Amino acid sequence: MKPFLEVKNLSVSFQTEDGVVRATDDVSFSVNLGETLAIVGESGSGKSVSSMAIMGLHNPKRTEIHGEIFLNLESGSVEINSAEEEVIRKLRGNQMAMIFQDPMSSLHPYYTINNQISEAWLLHNKGDKKAARARTLEMLDLVGIPDPHKRIDEYPHQFSGGMRQRVMIAMALVNNPKLLIADEPTTALDVTVQAEILALIQDMQKEFNTAVLLITHDMGVVAEVADRINVMYAGRLVEQGAVDDVFYRPAHPYTVGLLGSIPRVDEFHGKRLKTINGQPPSLISLPQGCAFRERCEFASHVPGNLCATTRPESTLKADNHQSRCHLNLAEVSAISAQRSAN
Amino acid sequence: MLKYVSKRLAYTLLLLFLLTIVVYVIFGFLPVDPAKISCGVHCNPIAVAGNRHRLGLDVPLYEQWWRFFLGIFVGRNYGEGAAAFHCPAPALGYSFPNNECVTSVIAHAFPYTLSLAIGAFILWFVSGVSLGVLAARFRGTWIDKITTAFVLIGGSMPIFILGLLIYIGAFMLHWIDPIAQGVWISPWSNPIGFVKNFIFAWVSLALAFSAIYTRLTRSNVIETSSEDFIRTARAKGVTPRRILIKHNLRTSLAPLITNAGLDFGGLLGGAIITENIFQLPGLGEVSLKAVLQDFDLPLIVGTTLFAATFIILFNLLVDIAYAYLDPRVRIK
Repeated sequence: MKPFLEVKNLSVSFQTEDGVVRATDDVSFSVNLGETLAIVGESGSGKSVSSMAIMGLHNPKRTEIHGEIFLNLESGSVEINSAEEEVIRKLRGNQMAMIFQDPMSSLHPYYTINNQISEAWLLHNKGDKKAARARTLEMLDLVGIPDPHKRIDEYPHQFSGGMRQRVMIAMALVNNPKLLIADEPTTALDVTVQAEILALIQDMQKEFNTAVLLITHDMGVVAEVADRINVMYAGRLVEQGAVDDVFYRPAHPYTVGLLGSIPRVDEFHGKRLKTINGQPPSLISLPQGCAFRERCEFASHVPGNLCATTRPESTLKADNHQSRCHLNLAEVSAISAQRSAN
Repeated sequence: MLKYVSKRLAYTLLLLFLLTIVVYVIFGFLPVDPAKISCGVHCNPIAVAGNRHRLGLDVPLYEQWWRFFLGIFVGRNYGEGAAAFHCPAPALGYSFPNNECVTSVIAHAFPYTLSLAIGAFILWFVSGVSLGVLAARFRGTWIDKITTAFVLIGGSMPIFILGLLIYIGAFMLHWIDPIAQGVWISPWSNPIGFVKNFIFAWVSLALAFSAIYTRLTRSNVIETSSEDFIRTARAKGVTPRRILIKHNLRTSLAPLITNAGLDFGGLLGGAIITENIFQLPGLGEVSLKAVLQDFDLPLIVGTTLFAATFIILFNLLVDIAYAYLDPRVRIK
């Protein structure tokens, strides 16, 4: 069976006053139904830009999008990048839905919860407001809003941050979408609430067999909920693989750096956390060769001047484990083992 | 909501009460003596003293204010014996130059001012908001540029130039009859004649005001369209038209209510320049004549209070409208 979402060679660029920003370059991945794929990277690495392209939410006047985005629906495949706006609009909120980082500002302050969730249902279903309200109530109950009969007629500002994110999830899932894109869904929430929201997303995924695309910069979140992980750097996917493979045998120096910057409870105290030196390059003028070269502590192990002259292609380093590095998996493992021993 | 409104209403009444004191005290200290002015050419100290007594100016200022304040509720008598006359409540004083109670002077002038304000307001609000929405939707195109030019011209041209140009233009084309101007035509019995009487004044005022509304609407709509909740609506699959009307405009127009309320409330006190150009004997004209020609203090006090009342009243209406539009204001 085909994966529900297939992204092939996606490149998104914006025209700005300073020049062309290449927000993503040659990004390919896929997500199956019932599976969670996490896209991880720093701010500006192209995570959100990719998700907006999948939803078809970029302004066509200011954005240039190359590549293909397939939604493999039961009724046939749709390619988002070449489809009519009206076709994509009918898929949005219906076959694919999205929740955002800030539940404070993502809900309309002037309308009740019932109004906003009902609207999402009424847009894609035949039925009256009464039916929409019943469905809204059902969803609020499902996402764990206490006392939904009372709260359904309240306004967003009467809800706490965590409760608002639950409302957003209820709204996103009201039409049983096949794909849920969660763009940093827990970043704006308290730590205690974060775990609840992640658990809720997982429960909902089991309930509806949804494909989940989780965008985050938090490796802890990834470890908790994702099946597979895509690591993004400067608009490109630098490593792709199953979560366990990537966490225990990272194949790209950037991933090694990311993992090294997380505090771990099972390691002894007194050890300093590592940081990755330097800044990501400007997306307007990417350097020739590897974009991570200038920050890479492994570059000296690459023979010759390869990192500066040749951009590494994404190659298979092990089963279902790809990375964009001139070093192979064994070399990266050996060097990082040697480094942590020192 | 009811609690909020009644609290605001109580504040409004208190403010109006204080306003009568302030206005009365300010005009009480002016170096003008209404008793002398109303005395005429053959004046002598006895006549002035008589006038002063009849006008009630021979008692201390606080006593004058108290009689004035009482008069608003119970009416007021002036003079004694055969020369006595009565102004029924709400009495705001007696205008000697007009030989009329201030209240009835205002009552005669107000229909002109009200008609002018309502017509102009509808024109400028509808045109300003529509142009602003158009400019925002077609940002950067020739539509946007034309509305920007309109905003610049309308916004930078003072009403006494704009109004005069329109008046002269309409006069030369024989669309306006200076003799018929200023005669009250009831909108109920002769709607066409009524519109003909006011249309050029409406357009002049509307042009001056709508520029601001166009600019505000445009910038608010553009600002709102980058809000997160608009992105949410798009992600839900809401149509662009519905996003504009339901999700964007309600948020974008809420701040305009403040401008609209205050501008309209202000106009109800009289549009001095416009009324003057188009020879409409409204409150603006009455106030102008009272100040420049007659030194008619009671009338000035009356029109000032009347105008200020509208401004305070519309402030209250704006707050209520805001609470109605934005639930965050409504629910505490």
